[in-house]
Amino acid sequence: MMTHIPTNEGLLLAAILFLLGLIGTMTRRNIIYILMCLEIMLNACGLAFVVAGAKWMQADGQVMFIFILAMAAAEVSVGLALILQMHHQHKTVDVNALNQLKD
Amino acid sequence: MNVIFYIASIIAILATIMVITGRNAIHSLLFLIVSLLAIGVVFFTLGAPFMAALEVIIYAGAIMVLFVFVIMMLNLGKAYEKMEESWFSYKAWLGPGILCIILLGELIYVFTVTKGSGRQLTVISPQEVGMTLFGPYILGVELAAMLLMTGIIGAYHIGRRKQKEYHRLLQKEEEPA
Repeated sequence: MMTHIPTNEGLLLAAILFLLGLIGTMTRRNIIYILMCLEIMLNACGLAFVVAGAKWMQADGQVMFIFILAMAAAEVSVGLALILQMHHQHKTVDVNALNQLKD
Repeated sequence: MNVIFYIASIIAILATIMVITGRNAIHSLLFLIVSLLAIGVVFFTLGAPFMAALEVIIYAGAIMVLFVFVIMMLNLGKAYEKMEESWFSYKAWLGPGILCIILLGELIYVFTVTKGSGRQLTVISPQEVGMTLFGPYILGVELAAMLLMTGIIGAYHIGRRKQKEYHRLLQKEEEPA
């Protein structure tokens, strides 16, 4: 079945998901939610790459998505290790508790 | 095909909204998995079946399992849901939310004013993706391998439970507690 590429709608979806992730990152105080919202934003970036690759009928967009996937995996493993260490030392998941550098 | 695209997009957006407004971490994680699966469907309708498979296997599979493990290890109970409600207050999200909605309005305007492409959808096969990945982008593959290696070493080093001795400036604070 031949259909047209929904380029604008795809980019719009990527933009909406990115903005939702941005709102979550800015407003949540639980560090687990912040990491989840970072994942949403990375995924939205990958979606934009795939949409652009579909528009120009090239595989480059999908290659970029694979790189974003590898980067997200590395980022989330280090981030979750940091969360574990934070919970171990501070007994909380509130990012506002990490203000020791202030004084 | 386009109808499937729209339904999957709406599911992805609704699930993401449920993620960022959730109170319980595990419930939010389940909605995040739904959102990722919906984006996998979107990839499939965009003619990228290999990316749809990777999205399901790696994102919704591997990365979300890491999240589940960490949430289980932290063992957050009912008390955290109460704290979550006090943290996620009206004042906290109103300002950034309004500013982001203005940005979203501009984006919707841009994408509705410009005309869409009239091209036919072509499916890009995994073969083609692999040829591009290991052809012109071979340097990127090696960089990604180094990044994953540093990720493994960093996660092991940071996640280790040690911290028996503190710095001499911190020691005074720790002793009375």
